[in-house]
Order: sequence, then C-alpha cells, then structure tokens
Amino acid sequence: MKPDPKTVLTGTHFLKGNDAVCEGAISAGCNFVAGYPITPSTDIIERISKRFPFTGGTFIQMEDELSSSIAVSGAVWGGAKAMTVTSGPGFSLMMENIGYAAMTETPCVFVDVQRGGPSTGLPTLPGQADMMQARWGSHGDYQIIALCPESPQECYDLTIKAFNLSEEYRVPVLLMTDECVGHMSERVVIPPADEIELSPRRYTTLPPSEFHLFRPGKDLVPDMIKAGDGYHVHVSGLTHDEHGRPVITPECQDALVRRLVNKIRQNEPKIRMVEEDIPDDSDVILVSYGISSRIVFLVRELARKEGIKAGIIRPIVVWPFPEEVFRKAAKKSRPFVVVEMNMGQIVYEVERCAAGQAKTYLVPHAGGTVHNPEDILKIIREAVK
Amino acid sequence: MSVAVSNPIPVNPVEKYLRMERIPHIWCPGCGIGTALNAFIRALDEAGFEPDKVCVVSGIGCTGRVAGYVNLDSFHTTHGRAIPFATGLKLANPELKIVVFSGDGDLIAIGGNHFIHAAQKNMDITVICVNNFNYAMTGGQYGPTTPISAQTSTAPWGSYQAPFNLPKLAESAGAVYVARWTTYHVRQMKKSILEALRKKGFSFVEIISQCPTLYGRRNKFRDGITHMEWFKEHSVIKDHPIPSDINLGFRTETIVGKFLDIERPTYLDAMNDRYQRIREEKGV
Ligand SMILES: Cc1ncc(C[n+]2csc(CCOP(=O)(O)OP(=O)(O)O)c2C)c(N)n1
Ligand code: SF4
Ligand SMILES: [Mg+2]
Repeated sequence: MKPDPKTVLTGTHFLKGNDAVCEGAISAGCNFVAGYPITPSTDIIERISKRFPFTGGTFIQMEDELSSSIAVSGAVWGGAKAMTVTSGPGFSLMMENIGYAAMTETPCVFVDVQRGGPSTGLPTLPGQADMMQARWGSHGDYQIIALCPESPQECYDLTIKAFNLSEEYRVPVLLMTDECVGHMSERVVIPPADEIELSPRRYTTLPPSEFHLFRPGKDLVPDMIKAGDGYHVHVSGLTHDEHGRPVITPECQDALVRRLVNKIRQNEPKIRMVEEDIPDDSDVILVSYGISSRIVFLVRELARKEGIKAGIIRPIVVWPFPEEVFRKAAKKSRPFVVVEMNMGQIVYEVERCAAGQAKTYLVPHAGGTVHNPEDILKIIREAVK
Repeated sequence: MSVAVSNPIPVNPVEKYLRMERIPHIWCPGCGIGTALNAFIRALDEAGFEPDKVCVVSGIGCTGRVAGYVNLDSFHTTHGRAIPFATGLKLANPELKIVVFSGDGDLIAIGGNHFIHAAQKNMDITVICVNNFNYAMTGGQYGPTTPISAQTSTAPWGSYQAPFNLPKLAESAGAVYVARWTTYHVRQMKKSILEALRKKGFSFVEIISQCPTLYGRRNKFRDGITHMEWFKEHSVIKDHPIPSDINLGFRTETIVGKFLDIERPTYLDAMNDRYQRIREEKGV
C-alpha cells in the first residue's frame, strides 16, 4: 500500500525532528491525532493542526493526556490511523490507555519526546529516562514495540515504521525520541509516495457469522474490523476470550496474556532493527540508542586515537530487546559500555544478555544535555584495562 | 392439505438488541440498570437507526457492563474514559450514532473532566448516566452524587459533602439536551432518550436509579420496589425549571423532567465549516 501522493512532501528539506515526526505520520496515512500541549513535544501538534485540514486528517486538542490517549483507541476502532504525542508528565498519564490499547490490540502510535524527569523535571531539556516506563509503565503483563530515532531523518522514517509495525502486530508502538532529536534541524529526505511502503490494517475478509474478534492467525495476531461494518463486536479491557467476551478465569487470562506477549516476542527477529558495527579486533563494544549514539560515534574516533578499537551496537527497535545480538556479541568477552541519558535502564538488559560472559559498564547521565565525550572515554579506558 | 400452525411466541422487541447468550446478566435483583437499558433499547428501536451504525461505549462499573450486553458494536473502556473514547470514535467515523452509557462515578468523578469538555465542545454523542448515588461496583462507596447524610461504605457516619447537580452541570458546560427521570418514569425516560438520540450535539439523560444491594440497604430502602415507590411519591415533574432548584437531597423531593433542548453547532460541524472555508480561500 502506498500513501496518497498529495499528502507527501517529497523532496529534500531542512527539518526539526519534531517536524519530521509530523511528516512521517502524514506519509504513513495518519488521519487522527489527539493531544495535549507539553514541552518539548508541542511543535508536533502545532504542525499537525496546520497540515491536517489539507491532508484529510482530524486533530483535536483534548483536555489532558488521559483523554488524548483513549481518544486514539476510539478513533482506530472507528477506522482511523491514529497517534498521540507527549513528553514525560503526559507520558505518565498515558500509561492507563497504553495498557488498554495493548489489551484490545488496537494499532496506534504514541510519541514520547523525552525530557529530564522525574515529575516536571527539565521541561526544555532532553532525557532518556522513560525507556523502562515505555516497556513496563502500564500495569499487568503485555509487550509493546518501541523505536528510538537518532536524527530528524530517522524521526521521519521511524514514524512510518511505527505505524507499519502497529498495523502488522496490532499493538501500540512507542516512538521514543528526546528533546535534542526533536529540536535539532537537519537534512530530511522525503521520498516520492510510490517509494513508501505502508502496511494496511488487517481487516478480516470473513463474514460476521464466521468472524471472531480475537482469534489469532499463525503469527498470533488476530484480524480486525471497524465499527459500523455490521460485525457487532464487543471490545473490552477485561480479560476476554476469542469472541471478545469477558471471561474472568485463570485459564482465559493465561491464553490471552501469553498470546499478547508472545505475538511480539516470537516475532522479535522480524521486528528487529539494530545498527551493528563490531570489527573483529574490537577491544570494547559501545552500546547506545537515540541521541546518545550521536556522541558515541564521535567517541569511537577519539578512542581510536588512543589506540582503543571500539565496536558499536545501536538498537533502533529497543523493545522488544534484541537479545540475540547481545548474546552473540558477549561471547568474545569484550566489555560493553552502555551510554544512555539516565541513571541506568537499558544497561540492565545488556547485563542480562551478557550473562556474565562480558563485563558491562554504564556511563550514567541524569539528563539535561548530552554526555560529555570525556566521561565516556574515562569509562572506556577503565573497561579495557 | 392443512398445515398445523402453532401459536407464534411473541418475540420481545428488545431481544434482537441484546447478546442473549450473555444472559443471565450480572446485575442484582431489583437493580435499576436493567430498567434504564430496557428504555434505551426501546428508544433505539423506535428511533429506527440502522443498528450496524450504532455504537455503545461504557466505562467501568455496574452500569459500565451495559456495553457487554448490547448486540451492537460496543466498547468497554477504562474507568472514566468512555466519553473521550467516544469522541475519537465519532471524529473518525461521523456517520456512527454513539451512545455513552455509564455510571455516575465513572462519568462525573474520574471522568468528570471529560464530561464537561465534551459538553463544552458539543461533541455529537448521547450520554446516559445511571445515577445510583454511589460507586456500586466496588461495594458502595460515596461519590460525587451521594446526598448529604446518606450512608455509604466509606461514609459510615453519613456523607457530608455536597453532591453534584448533574443537569445543572451539563447545562452550564454546554449540553444541548438535558433531562432527568427516575427508574419509576419508564415511559418518560424512553421518550427523553429517544429525543436525545435524535438530537444533534451533546445530549444528556440522567436516570436516577435504585441500587438495592448497596445504597438502598444502607439507607433504609428495603428493596428495589421500595425505592421505586419512594421515587414515585417524591418526584415532581417540571419542564425548564431553574437549574439550581433541581439539587438532589437525601430523601427530599426529586425534580424530574426535560430541562433543556436548544440548538448549537456541533464540534464536527464547526470544524468542517471552518476548514471548508480555509480550503476554499486557499483554493485547495
Ligand atoms: C482507575 C480505576 N480506579 C478505580 C477503579 C475501581 N472502580 C471500578 S467501578 C468504580 C466505580 C463505579 O461507579 P459508577 O460509575 O457510579 O458505577 P456503578 O457501579 O455505580 O454503576 C470504581 C471506583 C477502576 N476500575 N479503575
Ligand atoms: S450492586 Fe447495585 S448497581 Fe450494582 S448491580 Fe447490584 S443493585 Fe445494581
Ligand atoms: Mg454509581
């Protein structure tokens, strides 16, 4: 499926990351956005509100992030491709309805332009400390997909990717950017519409009499309908059977939750996106994602001048975590140095996958600005000693 | 040749709108929610909408279970969020008729902010609120509608906070249709729901209901019937009263009726008008 060429701003532009998210969403066919202003994400809804009257979309500014995040689910069941956009404090409020979207298998996109926290924290400055919240923030067991762009170009590309993954797996997909990527301006190439591939919604071809709302296909993902098509479905956040009927038993819970988790875990190799560059003679492996990786690429050059050779792993899809990539890399026992703008989150995943085979170091940072290269170098020197 | 024809069993017109395989329902004997649902379905049948194009959205609570029993596209959302879910649904597919059916706690406490904002925007949805003066699903705690002096599980010595006056709240927030009835007033309730369904914009019907198991038991209404009889004896029908005169007290007179029926552009109409003009100006 291709986007409507009238909506795609084909060409080479100089765009902020946040603007690129907006254009990525429009190219992906997004036609519903609900949001509540919060720095540093607001410019996304500002641009959306300007563009949507001309692309056939509906933007609504809701009273808060609770309503924005559930309006998205309502819109999707009404047939829209929908997104909401926020930062730190708003992301906390959205947890309730990320859980609802996961439970009801509602394909939709949440964008978190991360800022420093906790609480109101650093409204105008970057952070990467919502990564575990993205994974675990709503109560109960479920699995989402989260992507981390490192540039305005990736903001554009990965927003489209986020919509595609949400449709393929019927899952909320979280685009985890940050203030720095959101507000840096760089060259963004927007391809012609016919070079953009979109995943269509998985609408059923079965008639209402044969259709079960939550009966999965081979890939564990069920097909969908939209309201008004005559299927008379019941969609509930309660534990439900294949018909969508609430069934409050351990057996039904087990079948449903296992599938919700496994439809992502089992398909992880297909969902995986990792930038990996580990020359055979590497002394150390630098791990980073999003904005932090921009510094890490620079630090790799600085380390080389000191005679230290560094490999790089940059997960682009951070959730589900690309465990296999790290397990393999750990086999040669080269230390991992994890660079992230928080006091240690993804480092736990790396350490878990290293499973004692390789040492794991963290370069922590409380947020507000990117890492100082020297702080990273210091840990690298220690790691290779 | 003669064919024996047995007497056809009259089909209850309500049945085709219900998921009969889900019956028996979870509601207690004597509960008022069933009465409200019955009135809604009869109104829907009379309204003559294509059932495929009607959606019911509920939040969480005893009343919130309504969505699970209607044979329509139906959505059981998170607690308090039925209205913003309905907002997204309506904006994505304006041809749908959307009814939010939920409880007083769901719509006015945890969802209160959404309620006033959807009314202010004149979102084109019908909201039916079963007001049973308490949070029934969780065991009968006091809520935003509990009258002063009524006892609940968390107000064992009697409530002392002033309750919301829901019609007044809806009117001042911007609703275009507002009515209130009790479960005793089944005909009027059905008529008001029908009018609300046919109304463009944010329409609101409050249905004052007994909850014999929790609120009733704690407040000397022996059973559902006793409470309904009390509604019958203490209700006064007034059309277009002064909103502040329709406060609900504890065992005081209950004013019911159709309180408001006005015209105002809906959110969608206003949005479409503006964008249409802008597109024309820009020649796109
Ligand atoms: C976020 C959240 N908080 C609390 C609850 C627990 N809870 C379930 S229903 C309910 C109250 C429902 O009251 P009301 O809307 O009046 O419905 P009723 O049961 O009286 O019909 C509460 C507090 C919940 N499900 N979710
Ligand atoms: S607890 Fe009250 S409101 Fe809930 S079903 Fe029973 S009587 Fe009805
Ligand atoms: Mg109640």
